[in-house]
Amino acid sequence: MPREAEPSINQRDFVFSAVQQGIRVDGRTPLQARQIAICFGNELGWVECSLGKTRVIAQVTATVTRPSPERPFEGILLITTEFSPMASSAYETGRPSEEEVTISRMLEKTIRRSEALDREALCILTGKKVWALRLTLHFLSDEGDLLDCASVAAITALRHFRKPDVEVVGDEVTIFSPEERAPVPLSLHHQPMCVSFAFLGPANVLVVDPTHLEEQLANGTMSISLNAQREICVLQKAGGVALPADEVMRAVNIAVFRVRELSDIVSRALEEDSKTRVIEVR
Amino acid sequence: MSRFEPLNAGNLRSDGRRPLELRSFSAQLTTHPSADGSASVSHGLTQVTACVYGPREAKNRGQTMHDRALVNVEVSVAPWAGEMRRQRARGDKRTLEFAASIKATFEPVIQTTLYPRSEIHIHIHVLQLDGGLLQASINATTLALIDAGIPMLDYVSSLSAGLYLTTAMLDLTSIEESDLPSVTVAVLPRSGKVTLVSMETRLHVDRFEEMFKLAMEGGKVLRGEMDRIVRERTAALARQMEGGGGTKEEDKMDTDDL
Repeated sequence: MPREAEPSINQRDFVFSAVQQGIRVDGRTPLQARQIAICFGNELGWVECSLGKTRVIAQVTATVTRPSPERPFEGILLITTEFSPMASSAYETGRPSEEEVTISRMLEKTIRRSEALDREALCILTGKKVWALRLTLHFLSDEGDLLDCASVAAITALRHFRKPDVEVVGDEVTIFSPEERAPVPLSLHHQPMCVSFAFLGPANVLVVDPTHLEEQLANGTMSISLNAQREICVLQKAGGVALPADEVMRAVNIAVFRVRELSDIVSRALEEDSKTRVIEVR
Repeated sequence: MSRFEPLNAGNLRSDGRRPLELRSFSAQLTTHPSADGSASVSHGLTQVTACVYGPREAKNRGQTMHDRALVNVEVSVAPWAGEMRRQRARGDKRTLEFAASIKATFEPVIQTTLYPRSEIHIHIHVLQLDGGLLQASINATTLALIDAGIPMLDYVSSLSAGLYLTTAMLDLTSIEESDLPSVTVAVLPRSGKVTLVSMETRLHVDRFEEMFKLAMEGGKVLRGEMDRIVRERTAALARQMEGGGGTKEEDKMDTDDL
């Protein structure tokens, strides 16, 4: 696997001394995140999310399948992450790198393990027919903080998507096309989103939303996923620099605010979009 | 849904422990003669063996770094370890992520700059699994690295904690883990800093801090126990060397015990 070239010593010193003075290379302050932009495609459940130059596409599709015998009442949610060399030359097709595994596992834990989606609501006919949702994330360009961008894209896509309406009469299942009946939105228990931090320089300055360069230079990173109700869903600080407990708690408190901000942005974007879209039949 | 009672009316847990009581902890050093350092750790019914190879020339030359050693971690879980027999695939994402977090935990603690262009390989084998996989693996790796004589900044000791209603409890078993929100914390006891925090269950922010800080305290206690084991083992080795290869009967018994 090709290893990415490490940043030069000059570059490192510059970034560190700047952040020590409370400013980052792209002009942000340590706790300032980049501008997030969300745009929607023609289809429901197609979302492109960009955070600075980082870009991720999320798409949700639904099919009807037979449920697993252990969970006959539950629908299926499959999250696939597609890293391609397009995002960054560090990614190769085939064997996933450590970074890729971390990101895709983190997304899986944030959305699936935290039960964000009401899977029982995806059941059509117990033990016979359920909805299988596939959430695909395409990473288009990696300029740092892919995880946050991807989690926003994923939650927005799930909120944007609508599944075709169904009617069950006895054992007879009718699936209505969007022209016949308006498709129905998914039911979500909560909307967890990730916030990532990096610790930079000799003083381990905490920065929000690190760029790619900052990620490379960081002494350690930490990701927290929370929902707007102030519940931590995943907290992951896998090694890296050792920190006092209070610094971890500080990061948690910053993440609480950031997630509230992100939820507002997502809700606003969805509202804007719903004005331009006609979903109801007649 | 479940009838499992994490804490009964007498304030005892399902296995009879008090909320802040740990399971019996035991560790053995140099369990594998072929490795440069090895340790076997058990927390109650969870048993993990770690083997350290190196510092040695890297198997994969392309990955060597000119200024420090490369740390590699490989994890394998025995098919019989869990409640049901299950063969895990080698490229399993969970296992890979687990290995990556152990690697990242130890990389800053090991003084890798002392061994440029070399590799330290850590192999973790999970033999029995009853909750606390991450804590047992980290503790076993610490002891194996010490056994291999690799210089480190400090011990890394790890412990899990959970929360039932408002009561925090330490060192969860697998039934408790599946029912309660839990966090695993790894600390550097001497500086009191935390290197790893991993929580995968939903929990309100206000409830998190207490549990997190208790796990850190517990980790420091565990460090004392690990230190005692290392010192006992070293003392026994030193005695053996002085006595000319452990011919005395009592020395022999000592090392057998450890």
